[in-house]
Amino acid sequence: MPLLVVEDLRIYYFTGRGVVRAVDGVSFSLEPGEVLGIAGESGCGKSTLAWGLIGLVPPPGRIVSGRIVLDGVDIVGLSEDVLRSRIRWKRISMIFQGAMNTLTPVYTVGRQMVELLRVHGGFSEREARARVLELLDSVGLERGIFDRYPHELSGGQKQRVTIAMALALDPDIVIADEPTTALDVVVQAQILNLLKRLQREKGISFILISHDLGVIAELADKVMVMYAGRVVEYGPADIVLRRPGHPYTYMLLRAFPRIHGPRGRLEYIPGAPPDLRSPPPGCRFHPRCPFRVEECSVREPSLRDLGGGHYVACIRAGELQFSV
Amino acid sequence: MIEVLRFRPRRYVYAVNNVSFALREGEVFCLVGESGCGKTTTGRALLGLVKPTGGRILYRPSRELAERLGELGVVFEDGFVDLVSLGRREWRLVRREIQVVYQDPYSSLNPRFTVKRSVEEPLIIHGIGDEEWRDRRVREMLEAVRLLPVSEYLERYPHELSGGQRQRVAIARAFILNPRLVVADEPVSMLDVSIRAEILELLVSLKSRLGTTIVFITHDLATARYVCDRIAVMYLGSIVEVGDAEKVIREPLHPYTRALIAAIPEPDPANRRRMRELPIKGEVPSAVDLPRGCSFMPRCVVYDRADPRIKRLCEERRPGLARVARDHWVACWAVS
Ligand SMILES: Nc1ncnc2c1ncn2[C@@H]1O[C@H](COP(=O)(O)OP(=O)(O)OP(=O)(O)O)[C@@H](O)[C@H]1O
Ligand SMILES: Nc1ncnc2c1ncn2[C@@H]1O[C@H](COP(=O)(O)OP(=O)(O)O)[C@@H](O)[C@H]1O
Ligand code: SF4
Ligand code: SF4
Ligand SMILES: [Mg+2]
Ligand SMILES: [Mg+2]
Repeated sequence: MPLLVVEDLRIYYFTGRGVVRAVDGVSFSLEPGEVLGIAGESGCGKSTLAWGLIGLVPPPGRIVSGRIVLDGVDIVGLSEDVLRSRIRWKRISMIFQGAMNTLTPVYTVGRQMVELLRVHGGFSEREARARVLELLDSVGLERGIFDRYPHELSGGQKQRVTIAMALALDPDIVIADEPTTALDVVVQAQILNLLKRLQREKGISFILISHDLGVIAELADKVMVMYAGRVVEYGPADIVLRRPGHPYTYMLLRAFPRIHGPRGRLEYIPGAPPDLRSPPPGCRFHPRCPFRVEECSVREPSLRDLGGGHYVACIRAGELQFSV
Repeated sequence: MIEVLRFRPRRYVYAVNNVSFALREGEVFCLVGESGCGKTTTGRALLGLVKPTGGRILYRPSRELAERLGELGVVFEDGFVDLVSLGRREWRLVRREIQVVYQDPYSSLNPRFTVKRSVEEPLIIHGIGDEEWRDRRVREMLEAVRLLPVSEYLERYPHELSGGQRQRVAIARAFILNPRLVVADEPVSMLDVSIRAEILELLVSLKSRLGTTIVFITHDLATARYVCDRIAVMYLGSIVEVGDAEKVIREPLHPYTRALIAAIPEPDPANRRRMRELPIKGEVPSAVDLPRGCSFMPRCVVYDRADPRIKRLCEERRPGLARVARDHWVACWAVS
């Protein structure tokens, strides 16, 4: 049975200049111990989706409709009290985009972690201290970090601290929103190795969000590709990254510079993603799609099941076949 | 066309320590490295925005510029001027030939300037052409960077443009004086992956058409591979390996270059959950307490395995760039 099922989730921002449909009918499921990678260009709604899953959509945004079913219980509409005391950190925790820069500068690392355990986990001071040391070990940090302030740490060390915090209360699901985006490539690889090890040792289910398909490929069992607030492709990583069925996924893969293999030509997708206040009619990708047909600008494709858990939202789904 | 001979910027002792390279006319030369290694500082030195405390930056100006510099009493050696020795007045002239594209398209354009004004600015500063001529030149440049139809963009302000469009404006502005050298500091790293290649292609096609030389600064070796003729890999303020781009990437010789390449993720599901072997230890230390010998030593796995004779060299002497093959130089005692 899936641990998490998301059905037709819609999250809009009601701004003075119009309604931003940041997440517009997103569905997926997550099995225990599975890693789901969510990919897409900046602004396509990845972070908004993540905030939605833990009930922290910033105003003027809110969940407009849809269900988020965690272990059989729909958590959309639960009060903030219930979310805070029962769900967040304990069941679903999140490593926020740029989180390493949001550690409170005035407290030591240890103090911040102890507080989290006391406030959200009901630990005593002594239990909390012991647990923090254990957590520091598990993310490969020296125990001496306990008494250090965030500004005394490197970027990689800070990110390890935020990972330790996300794991503190043994959640079932950890959402990692661009966990390595601000890091240098060597540190990024070190952090990805850490996530791989933690995933294996603890069987955590991860939702890994990144605009970087290379990062996604390092961990994800399943990949969901978003474009302009919608899911355009969803399926096993092996299929989505090797034989994608959606033109957008294919072109994104072709735009990715590669360090190995023949150099080839770097492709690009003409134009830019649309303004989510007034997305184009029909397929939202049609103004940029070299494979479009007439129907694409009038009919909006929905996800079509191509078998083997592979879904593609394209009018020409099944007919277009790519290999990368 | 330009030769940088060992310089150290004045304000911060170790930002750039031991950098020398020579640019060939019409090439794209990449400076690659992790954040803080001194890429931007090197670029700023080429632009005369930081003054090195030591070393020289030799530049061979166009004939026309050489004449004007000569009138100001600038001394030439073999047709080169030392940019480091130039004063403000001379730099004003040199800037016509050395332009820049910055990383952040959101802060590099004046928010109160229209596209037309931004692109025209260098012509105005250098007092070139009359209004009509400048207007024509601006339109030409916007066409060249494919902001089409031009009339739709002329009067727009930066906030009315996407990141990619702003970067095109910045490129048009950098090229409008027909410079001989353009320093492009991470020009696509803030843009979405899907549009990066388009901007890179634009940059490369402009330079091919105009014969410009480009210093391309990036933290991403994979991107460098697609735009550069030659690559220089920097670590803690020094160049550790330099050479033909494809050679450096396919046959990296410096232990640091090897680690950088091993760390780059690729969208290949075969890598899933496989621990990545990283032939490097720890993280970049602060540049303040560099070891006496090779600055990469604390992180070097080759040093760990090296024989005592090499180890002693690593500990005691800073390795300089040594030629290991045609167009391939490496600063490592274990290689040379
Ligand atoms: N104005 C300054 N004052 C003091 N130190 C500086 C200054 N500018 C840069 N530095 C230091 O010089 C070193 C090199 O910086 P530089 O900006 O050249 O690196 P970079 O390779 O361009 O990094 P990035 O990839 O982050 O852009 C760093 O250690 C940096 O902290
Ligand atoms: N607080 C907010 N108010 C209004 N619009 C927002 C807010 N946060 C995000 N958006 C908009 O929602 C869309 C999705 O943003 P986001 O979820 O951050 O995307 P991603 O994480 O994929 O980059 C974007 O168009 C963005 O501009
Ligand atoms: S529906 Fe049409 S426009 Fe959209 S991705 Fe498919 S082919 Fe392209
Ligand atoms: S000189 Fe020595 S320490 Fe430096 S990179 Fe080479 S082997 Fe490593
Ligand atoms: Mg985001
Ligand atoms: Mg820089």
